[in-house]
Amino acid sequence: MEGLYLAGDSRIHRLPAQVKVVAALFFVLVVVTTPRERVLAFAGYAVLVAAVAALAAIPPLRMLRRMMIEVPFVVFAVLLPVFGLGERVTVLGGVSLSVEGLWAAWNILAKATLGVAVAVILGATTRPQDVVGGLARLRLPALLVQITGFMVRYVDVVVDEATRMRTAMAARGFTARHLNAWPAVARSLGTLFVRTYERGERVHVAMLSRGYDGSAKAWSLGTSPAGPTVWATGLALPAAALAVAGAAWWSTW
Amino acid sequence: MVDVVSPAASAPPALRVEELVYDYPDGRRALDSVDLEIGQGERVALLGPNGAGKTTLALHLNGILTPSSGVVEVGGEAVSNESLARVRQAVGLVFQDPDDQLFMPTVAQDVAFGPLNFGVPEGEIPDRVHRALAAVGMADAADSYPGHLSFGQRRRVAIATVLSCEPSVLVLDEPTSNLDPAARRDLAEVLDSLDVTVLMVTHDLPFAWQLCPRSVILDAGRIRADAATPEVLADSALLAQHRLELPFGFDPGPRTQ
Repeated sequence: MEGLYLAGDSRIHRLPAQVKVVAALFFVLVVVTTPRERVLAFAGYAVLVAAVAALAAIPPLRMLRRMMIEVPFVVFAVLLPVFGLGERVTVLGGVSLSVEGLWAAWNILAKATLGVAVAVILGATTRPQDVVGGLARLRLPALLVQITGFMVRYVDVVVDEATRMRTAMAARGFTARHLNAWPAVARSLGTLFVRTYERGERVHVAMLSRGYDGSAKAWSLGTSPAGPTVWATGLALPAAALAVAGAAWWSTW
Repeated sequence: MVDVVSPAASAPPALRVEELVYDYPDGRRALDSVDLEIGQGERVALLGPNGAGKTTLALHLNGILTPSSGVVEVGGEAVSNESLARVRQAVGLVFQDPDDQLFMPTVAQDVAFGPLNFGVPEGEIPDRVHRALAAVGMADAADSYPGHLSFGQRRRVAIATVLSCEPSVLVLDEPTSNLDPAARRDLAEVLDSLDVTVLMVTHDLPFAWQLCPRSVILDAGRIRADAATPEVLADSALLAQHRLELPFGFDPGPRTQ
């Protein structure tokens, strides 16, 4: 979770987490439901996202670096035009590509990129612990809020534990270069699982000791409700996206 | 040397354990007829080697574990299903690993967790949280993510998560483990400033010496000694018998504060 958040005091930073979560969700919904042929609508969305990123004072380079996370997920989109069926076009003097494949690739790339961009902005302007508080405010079921909260709290602890185990293995000359290293890697993963499970039990005892009864009251502590003005400010992004979609719908772009 | 220090006669004892027996699910006996009485405001160290049953005893004091036989009373009230919420509010357990104790995304939420469960009105919560954190010198950390605090700070916040429930007894499991000397001294100052009954499970004999006038040795599930701390620590044969050792160079001379 560390590293995504970029401390700041922009208008976007100051918006309550629950407003940002809802705004991001609605924006993604609008983007995903836009027909892929409305190319200019996507350009409009990109302008909106860039404007919000600028408002949040996220350096463009940092924004791009964070967005690289989508690369492994969209590589296969690049293959669609090559292996796609149906009508084909020839580009760059001789490369034959499927028209349907090109549209499919464009569809995936454009929508994934916009979704990731909005998620990066949300992550850069909202601390993970505030996202949990925001979800609790949105009346997400108590169990889901708690699971999310534990993930936020313990991901570092588990990663630290895994790192220490790897260091301990490396210190005794272990290298994971060959196939015959797999049993050792599998064993250490098993150990990590058992340790995490045991920690879960100890945490549960600690919760019971302080009167845990299944409710998620404490998880929304420190968050505040958002008034209509704040909601309106936050929802300006999906509203603008909807306007862009509408404009694209009525015009013949 | 089994020398029972008689507690104050008037008020009900803060904690009373009588003939407590506990068998692990696999049948091994963990606690074997433990008797222990701790008066209001006392500070007692519970000493013993690893595997003696110290933590198991601590888990009986707020009803996490149920005795196979015997009685546990908190402030004169027997621990039972009906009294469970009151008992857990009255006996604050601080676990050894602060990462187990601090499970909430922010420090303030963690400190508020107990009071909210025990039905403290939400309007009083911010004040409770502030007072508990101030008592351990961590008032500035309210909005922090626990992972960003040092180990010593997390240990102190862990104590605050229990103090906010306003317990009458504080039970600490190995409070000084993994602390560097400065953090250990900070912790001693915090504990010394609290006006609450304390039972401290520890191997750290000088720490027990510094804070607890009375010490109890638990070994193999039984109470082996119960006396004034200087007396216990001066008895090297007793210590050796129960795998307890003073650090090199430590001389249990007259207690100085």
